[in-house]
Amino acid sequence: MAVIKVGIADSNICKAPDSITTLGLGSCVGLTLYDESNKIAGMVHVMLPSSEVARKGDFKKAKFANTGVPELVDMLIKAGANRSRLKAKMAGGAQMFSFEGKMDTLSIGARNVEACKAELMKLRIPLLAEDTGGNYGRTIELFSQTGMLEIRAVSKPVKQI
Amino acid sequence: MNDLKDMNAFHLDVLREISNIGAGNAATALSTLLQKKVDMKVSRVIPMQFNEITEYVGGAENIVASVFSRIEGDISGNMLFVIGEENAKGLVDNLTGTDGDGQFSDMALSVLQEIGNILAGSYLTALADFTGFELQTSVPSLAVDMAGAMLSFGLMEIGRSGDWAIMIDAEIHTEEESGTDDSAVDKEINKGENMDKGGKGKSGHIFLLPDPESFEKIFIALGVHRYGSN
Repeated sequence: MAVIKVGIADSNICKAPDSITTLGLGSCVGLTLYDESNKIAGMVHVMLPSSEVARKGDFKKAKFANTGVPELVDMLIKAGANRSRLKAKMAGGAQMFSFEGKMDTLSIGARNVEACKAELMKLRIPLLAEDTGGNYGRTIELFSQTGMLEIRAVSKPVKQI
Repeated sequence: MNDLKDMNAFHLDVLREISNIGAGNAATALSTLLQKKVDMKVSRVIPMQFNEITEYVGGAENIVASVFSRIEGDISGNMLFVIGEENAKGLVDNLTGTDGDGQFSDMALSVLQEIGNILAGSYLTALADFTGFELQTSVPSLAVDMAGAMLSFGLMEIGRSGDWAIMIDAEIHTEEESGTDDSAVDKEINKGENMDKGGKGKSGHIFLLPDPESFEKIFIALGVHRYGSN
């Protein structure tokens, strides 16, 4: 069994019996899509809500929720997943630092979560479970055999959703 | 300078000098606070992809204490004081004269936040004097968590315009008195390659991550924006 790593602003897919993971999610969101019948899983590590804030034309699609999620869907379909069977789970979107005073990126975690949900809604993909918000970092791993998403955080019990 | 990764060697040198000046001032301030000798290493300025940055601090899951300050004014950017978990505890014990039991108390956290505050303030004062910029910082905020979770927040603004950041890293460390056994502890626990090298004394890093449009402003302020060619 291999463990596929997904970096910041990156995405990838895996098939059973492999698993797919991303480390140290803070305000970023790790969104996973899973086709249970074909046992294919995909993960995207979203950093920002919308590509509208991008200052340049060419960018990594996985960086933004509105481009990264559709790209992941395409990747999964190409790999043999059934579009109508895809189910989503996600984790992350924390607020790592508390700031007094106002700052544009203050609620970036929450905005990432909202943007991912909006994108799923648009693509008509059901969101089965999430572990989002809070003020701590997360490492997540999706097991393509079962579709179970495991969430690990510092000094917190391991969570499975 | 259309892309951060294409910045020329001369400009990287200028940034290194800025970091040296800032960190020198910060080290002096910390030395006064601790009543101990605080040394600094020559700063490193390295263009890196986001994923490399988390490796640089010992991996995305490496647990570190980090004090984050947002800089606003004539230039904008993020500043992070990052210190390995064990080094952070040692630093607090040094300052408070306590012998920590391995946990971060509320007191320890506020001491760390204050250290971060002093370091960022003194670093930026030097930077402002040197460049003539007006700079303000947000109230600094502390977290102890996975390095990747905190650094990615510092990269957010940079992420809007590319996948590269210029890592401006100043390392400072306190001298350890002989006869303590802290160095063994440091070596054992801190495996992050660059985070806790050496194992003597307590070392931390001050990372300056200017927003992309700030680089040009820095070079113009110093009259060096036309130097070198891209």
